[in-house]
Amino acid sequence: MGVSTICPAPAPTAMTLENLFEFPEGRRLLTCLQCGVCVGTCPYGDVMDFPPRRIIAMLRAGMIEKVFQSESLLACVACYACMAKCPRDIRLTEVLLPLMKEQALLRMPELPGELQKALQNTLRYGNPMGESSRKRAAWVKTAGVPIRIFQENPAPADVLWFVECYTSYYPRGQDCSRATARLFHALGVDYAILGNEEKCAGECGRLTWEPGLFETLMDYNMAVFQKYRFGRVVTSCPHAHNAFKNRYTSIGFGYELDHTTPFLGRQLDRLRPLLKRRLDAKVTYHDSCCLGRQNEFYDAPRELLRAIPGVKLVEMTHNRVNSICCGGGGGGMWLDTYFKSRGMERLSERRVKEAAATGADVLAVSCPYEISRFEDALKVLGFEKQLRVRDVTELLAESMEG
Amino acid sequence: MNLLVLLKMVPDVVEELEIASDGAGLDMDVARMALSESDDHALEQALLLKERMGGTLAVLAVDAAEVDDALFTALAKGADRALKVDAGEVAQLGTRALADLLSQVIADGHNLLPVDLILTGTQAIDDLDGLMAPLVAHQLGLPYIAIVIQVTPDPARRVASVVKEYPGGVRGRFEIDLPAVVGIQSAERPPRYVPVAKVRAAMKTQRIETVQAPTLADGGTVLAEVKSMSKPEETGRAEMIEGTPEAASARLCGILAERGLV
Repeated sequence: MGVSTICPAPAPTAMTLENLFEFPEGRRLLTCLQCGVCVGTCPYGDVMDFPPRRIIAMLRAGMIEKVFQSESLLACVACYACMAKCPRDIRLTEVLLPLMKEQALLRMPELPGELQKALQNTLRYGNPMGESSRKRAAWVKTAGVPIRIFQENPAPADVLWFVECYTSYYPRGQDCSRATARLFHALGVDYAILGNEEKCAGECGRLTWEPGLFETLMDYNMAVFQKYRFGRVVTSCPHAHNAFKNRYTSIGFGYELDHTTPFLGRQLDRLRPLLKRRLDAKVTYHDSCCLGRQNEFYDAPRELLRAIPGVKLVEMTHNRVNSICCGGGGGGMWLDTYFKSRGMERLSERRVKEAAATGADVLAVSCPYEISRFEDALKVLGFEKQLRVRDVTELLAESMEG
Repeated sequence: MNLLVLLKMVPDVVEELEIASDGAGLDMDVARMALSESDDHALEQALLLKERMGGTLAVLAVDAAEVDDALFTALAKGADRALKVDAGEVAQLGTRALADLLSQVIADGHNLLPVDLILTGTQAIDDLDGLMAPLVAHQLGLPYIAIVIQVTPDPARRVASVVKEYPGGVRGRFEIDLPAVVGIQSAERPPRYVPVAKVRAAMKTQRIETVQAPTLADGGTVLAEVKSMSKPEETGRAEMIEGTPEAASARLCGILAERGLV
């Protein structure tokens, strides 16, 4: 019978918390000045008993077990802010925090229920919301343009569009996928998707405590990639982009790689003539952590937005490298109830207040997590009449119509 | 304490269920199998008891798609042994035959005896009657109690204190002799999370013991045969009222008046 979702373990990954200082990335921790910039820049630095600076101090003092007895790591939303600001260039979000979270998971007596369910769902169904894996491509027939699924037509394509979870299942995420499909169609992109064969790329597995889950998803997706021929992967999800760029490459991911926004940004000359409809909107753009701080894609989304007739771009106080996380990374997507129970402000609410203060009509985003988080926050704070949340691709597609 | 948990794979209702071409059962080629939820609670309760009182914990299941994942997950969570009964066409087994089969495997040895407590889910989606636990108890000649939310064994006195749920939030406390079969409604805490890395490690270092199915005395005769199975009829009578608030409220009032509801 042996159908199995979990594949057996490969050789153990090299770096652990125990042998950290044997690696150059780990030894860099020894150069920490204890300056505390990481704590100041961390959106939840004020509520953690052990913010990054203290974690490093405890690690160097051989007292790391004490950190695991606190709940500090649950508040890490993997936003790369500490890493981006570290004067010693210590790779906190890439190196130290995933190792800490992995060990915290093994020691935690009980995982917050929503997060546990999301991890179990991602393992079993390939998406955190626990939707049927066989309905991942169900949105395709509502796209209004033809979308090729590799399994149905395995001919080579220039681009594999890796759609991802929220963009496949969540209704507002599907709006982005429909917009992206229309843009690809209008630009004549030769692309195909994996349809029901696709599973979550797993980035939030790795930064959400679960390296084993991540590796299972990575092995699975890589095996599916190898069934088809394409030269470039374009994904709608900055978290998937992150996973492909930084982890999948270690097991042979050698394709060209793009997130949808910079991919479209590079084709702006061909896209511009298609953007005929005026939108007459004041737009503020939220830099997602993985696209912004992690990849420095700050200009492409802004250039795309400026290309839309009638769009006036305004900036929030915290923008580009200083952008405030929506609170969805590193498992935060499934910790809202936990944060609330600890009296912590939801970061999406903090961000939406800033967006509303700009007087913008539209809060533009380019990460599928942000739509649900910001739309929620707008409703909670009563800004839903004043401000709309739109993915950059949605605004482009809207300007293309008529 | 020697603990034994009976696990069962059931059709996963997240996925579409289809009726087989003979119209008398589910199309098992389409169905995806998942561990029965209340069996997962039985496992959690057993893990808690093992942690508190020591002893051994074995899990036993009949072969089914994805059962290996469930058994390795149980080992990763702390079970000591996992046994799988190779019974061929298991989809054909009703609860009675399944209970006969498992009872015989337990009675045949496989180092599962002596046992102090046999735990399983009170119900499963394909056994809403909750017959599994009482049938196993009957076959093994053991006392049985189900819809249990708490088990506190007292090995010295060879008894266990158990709390059983009744409707309306009423609870009853019972004392049963050990060994016994207990149907778990829910564990004291939600089933724990086991990191995938631990499951993967269990796959490398531990093994599932495969047991050949014993021949049943009556050949697993099905006494209650399913004549036909059908999906619920779709009626689709919902009407979405659209238009301006004024037009919509006028239409709504019209509907209420038409039906004599106002």
